[in-house]
Amino acid sequence: MDLASEIRNFIVENFLFGDSTAQLGEDESLLQKGLIDSTGILEVVSFIEEKFGITVQDDELVPDNLDSIGAIANYVMRKQGVKT
Amino acid sequence: MCGIAGVYNQKNGVPDHIILRRMLHLLHHRGPDEFGIYLSTGIGLAHARLSIIDLSTGQQPMCNEDGTLWITFNGEIFNYIELREDLVSRGHQFSTMSDTEVILHLYEEKRSGALEDLNGQFAFAIWDENRKELFLARDRMGIRPLFYARIGSDLVFGSEVKAIFAHPGISRKIDSVALDDIFTFWLPLSPKTTFDGIYEVPPAHSLTINEHGERLARYWDLPEEADPPGLHDQAYYAEALRELMIDSTRLQLRSDVPVGAYLSGGLDSSVIASLIRHYTSSPLRTFSIRFEDPEFDEGDKQKIMSDYLETEHSDFRCGYGDIAGAFAKVIWHTETPILRTAPVPLYLLSKLVRENSYKVVLTGEGADEILAGYDLFKEAKVRRFMEASPESRLRPLLLNKLYPYLKNSPTRSAAYAKVFFDAPVSPFSADYHSHAPRWNMTSMIKAFYSRDLREEVASSNAPERVARFFLFGEGAKRMDPLTWSQEIEIKTLLPSYLLSSQGDRMLMGNSVEGRFPFLDHRVVEFAMRIPPNIRMKGLTEKYILRKSMEGLLPREIKQMIKQPYRAPDAKSFLGIAGGELAQEMLSPDCISRKGYFDPIHTERLVKKCRKSSATGFKDNMAFIGILSTQILDQLFIRDFSPGEEIQVDRIRFVGRQKPV
Repeated sequence: MDLASEIRNFIVENFLFGDSTAQLGEDESLLQKGLIDSTGILEVVSFIEEKFGITVQDDELVPDNLDSIGAIANYVMRKQGVKT
Repeated sequence: MCGIAGVYNQKNGVPDHIILRRMLHLLHHRGPDEFGIYLSTGIGLAHARLSIIDLSTGQQPMCNEDGTLWITFNGEIFNYIELREDLVSRGHQFSTMSDTEVILHLYEEKRSGALEDLNGQFAFAIWDENRKELFLARDRMGIRPLFYARIGSDLVFGSEVKAIFAHPGISRKIDSVALDDIFTFWLPLSPKTTFDGIYEVPPAHSLTINEHGERLARYWDLPEEADPPGLHDQAYYAEALRELMIDSTRLQLRSDVPVGAYLSGGLDSSVIASLIRHYTSSPLRTFSIRFEDPEFDEGDKQKIMSDYLETEHSDFRCGYGDIAGAFAKVIWHTETPILRTAPVPLYLLSKLVRENSYKVVLTGEGADEILAGYDLFKEAKVRRFMEASPESRLRPLLLNKLYPYLKNSPTRSAAYAKVFFDAPVSPFSADYHSHAPRWNMTSMIKAFYSRDLREEVASSNAPERVARFFLFGEGAKRMDPLTWSQEIEIKTLLPSYLLSSQGDRMLMGNSVEGRFPFLDHRVVEFAMRIPPNIRMKGLTEKYILRKSMEGLLPREIKQMIKQPYRAPDAKSFLGIAGGELAQEMLSPDCISRKGYFDPIHTERLVKKCRKSSATGFKDNMAFIGILSTQILDQLFIRDFSPGEEIQVDRIRFVGRQKPV
């Protein structure tokens, strides 16, 4: 499974409670869509930290990095690239 | 404090005393001391009494000199001594020392105009034998409850919905639109209740019914405008507020039994306790809730206050198991789904009060609404400030000042916070700017609706319902934004959640009466007239209140930042003893059977709450909302039985008709 699909599965499972009928575009804002509340952001962070072995720095905690499936995937790839 | 109930028959039948006795049985927690019934053609009035004022002669239902007016009354009229003196000087003959009789004589003279003279917390019914007319009325802020329903030619009323269900003609069904209100605003918008066909007499209203029809009338409202800035200086407002609070606290200490006070550890209850200590000679007995989980516990601050005021103090230490264990009982008393467990510890606290032989407590309820204490008001102010200059990079930093006490705060990252408070596109009109984030977040629970429920509420929508509820046009817009957002709070969450599910019902569930000096209407009117720029100064909430208490509170308490009262939610039910009921009620099978929610989504929610410790507001609200709806359905729809009647020999029957 590619990175974006893994992230999508996590979002659907955790914030849509498995409602796969809800349409969610790759670049749709999770906040604007009303899917994520304040602690939701922290859930996303702990998921990607555990799953992909990266550490999210405080100054990286911004919507540009984390507010859509595509943004998260790009962010994780960038971080992994830096690490290796 | 008491329970009241009755049946009015528009065709002049005599109501069945068995129904009235069942109603009394269902309300006996509100008034376990004495029972009374008045029966006549067209009416039956019932009363369950908790004796607090005039212990020897205050029995009800009570009549005036010539037996033409009969009353059943729940609550207190705090200025009854002054009103009585006036009435006596105008020639009225009294046969008791009670506040109840004062209402009767005042009503003789002024009819519905009597309400304007009453300073108190009340719900009552007066029957006029000559006119064959029933008059129902409720206090200004909605402290005491009063529900009613029509069935055939009967109008049935009572302090709680369960009493109305004692009438065999009333059908019991949860109202889908009311559920949709709750999963948006946290409450059914008045006069609706959670149950189909059951209404409340709204706060500050009376309802008159006779053979020609019925009339609902408002007798009081909040002031339309605040004083213009600069009319008086800050010192004036602080001093006048203190004087008023001293007077309302003194009045509310009137009682023929000892009165206690709650100490939450926050500013408001500390103010009340301090006023009792400094300005009255009443002994000070205080009670608190503590939590085993340090995230919620405020024991250190409670101790500062009880040491400072040298009170005799008791606390109840609430653990996770306590919340699960008492939850179903709490729902029996709230009679509505709730979105957080916060009422439960309050129920356990009133039990502690009762075990210590106290029947009356004073609390700080209402201060946050009238003096601008809630985070919501601050948050709205910061958002308005940000929106005025959307490009500013510095303005969003103010958000960091909000929610410092939250472990998982939305403002931990300033960049995120800005987007969080901008988001999402709101269906509510700009008039609800302050409340839209709360209502939008709560509305996310609707994702759990079953297909049936979704269809049932499809033709109605929450933004239109709330607009209709406030029915405002130019009036609201004239008001400044802070005053208007306070008014929204005072007319929705305060009466229909805080004073009911977290107030009257949790107290009366253990036969304890709550009194709220901040909700004396003179204090409310005064507070809402304080110019908004000093009511909340900068981001200092309750600024004038803090100023008014100079020298009367320890520094730690006076400077404290508001921390909302919270209790652990989903965590209380998962993986601990006492959680079995929750498990059963949330099982896919039970969810499908009751039909309100989607079983698969609910199962995933439960799974998520079970494994994750970082569960947010939204998930917790959904969990508690679903669980409480399931239990409510079980208690009031599936399993409800009117039960037994109070035995005839325990009831004082008055009036011409007696049961044979």
